Amino acid sequence: MATTATTHQTQWWSGGKSPFNVEYGKLMMWYFLMSDAFTFSAFLISYGSIRFSQNYWPNPSVVFNTFPGAGEANLPLAFVSVMTFILIMSSVTMVMAVHEGHHGNRKGVVKWLAWTIVGGFAFLGCQAWEWHHLITGEHAVLVNGKIEEWGQNMTHNPWGSVIEGVVYNGHHVSKPGPVAFGGYFFGITGFHGFHVFSGVIINIIMLVMAQKGVFDRKGHYLMIEKAGLYWHFVDLVWVFVFLCFYLI
Amino acid sequence: MEHQAVTPEITFPHAPSSDNVKRIWKTFWVLLIITIIELGLGLLLYALNLPDDLRRLLIKGIIIILSLAKAYFIVSIFMHLGDEIRNLIMTIVIPLMLFIWFILAFILDGNSYKNLRNRYDKHFKESTMPANKQQKDTFVIKPGGKE
Repeated sequence: MATTATTHQTQWWSGGKSPFNVEYGKLMMWYFLMSDAFTFSAFLISYGSIRFSQNYWPNPSVVFNTFPGAGEANLPLAFVSVMTFILIMSSVTMVMAVHEGHHGNRKGVVKWLAWTIVGGFAFLGCQAWEWHHLITGEHAVLVNGKIEEWGQNMTHNPWGSVIEGVVYNGHHVSKPGPVAFGGYFFGITGFHGFHVFSGVIINIIMLVMAQKGVFDRKGHYLMIEKAGLYWHFVDLVWVFVFLCFYLI
Repeated sequence: MEHQAVTPEITFPHAPSSDNVKRIWKTFWVLLIITIIELGLGLLLYALNLPDDLRRLLIKGIIIILSLAKAYFIVSIFMHLGDEIRNLIMTIVIPLMLFIWFILAFILDGNSYKNLRNRYDKHFKESTMPANKQQKDTFVIKPGGKE
């Protein structure tokens, strides 16, 4: 390959050229994403730390077992796999947009960016449904000898350990679960959702700019690459949110 | 393949090979298959309902390793980090080594806090320990302990 041969001959550190062979904006995007990775991992590791400090933690397959339109059917992990699929798919459409940008193909960029935006909104819609479902749910919890019906929010967690032999309206009754669960779940998925939302906004701006021919006039589509890096990062974070909250 | 004029910082363009599209779809299938395996293992954990023992840890460990593989594919192929020159890859990857300490330190700290509370705070232990675990755990009170 010609490029590898060039790499050997190029004196990267002798001045006069960028030792990283990328433009400034892209390099800074990488460093921003690195710092953002530390922010997200600080949240996730804090969650792990609290989870390890508890004797009991709700089982994700019990908490996340509903599907829109499926009523009370027990479908653990089904809905979140749809969300994961949407995000992976939108990552593919984004990388296709970047690929078309390499070839300066405006129509291709616009088409794939539009699909990425659709994927982003679909994901946000799924998350909105999931949050709404968790917050407005009614689960029987035994509190001070009385049964109360709780949803999952920042101060109440209805998914404590199940009390054997107690049935209320055909449902089992639980003890109150660890309150930290709600704060971490809504905090971290919310922070991720906010990243998805800002990614969608960035992609919409890119779509408008591409459509107007701004990048054709510039002569390159490097902006799409930077937006793409951000979007893939959002997908990357979801891999770990999915791992920490839904799978293990 | 005609290439766009780029900024002066770029000495040579990262020539995207013509089978780039094929590679993207291949990565998509890899990610999808890994995700399906992860879901299968997650459902297996739910179905088997294992106690907190080695088998459970093993399945969770496999899921974590699969997630790291997914992260590798996203960063290397989708974000094209694998196509950058080594200098850039290293400035991104080496700082991430901090995670090894970061994760271990805080997880172990949480675990230690749990053990200390179970030992010294009876109310915490009784009110939070799930019923099926309570009988199994025998409690050793050491001389000189607060209890």
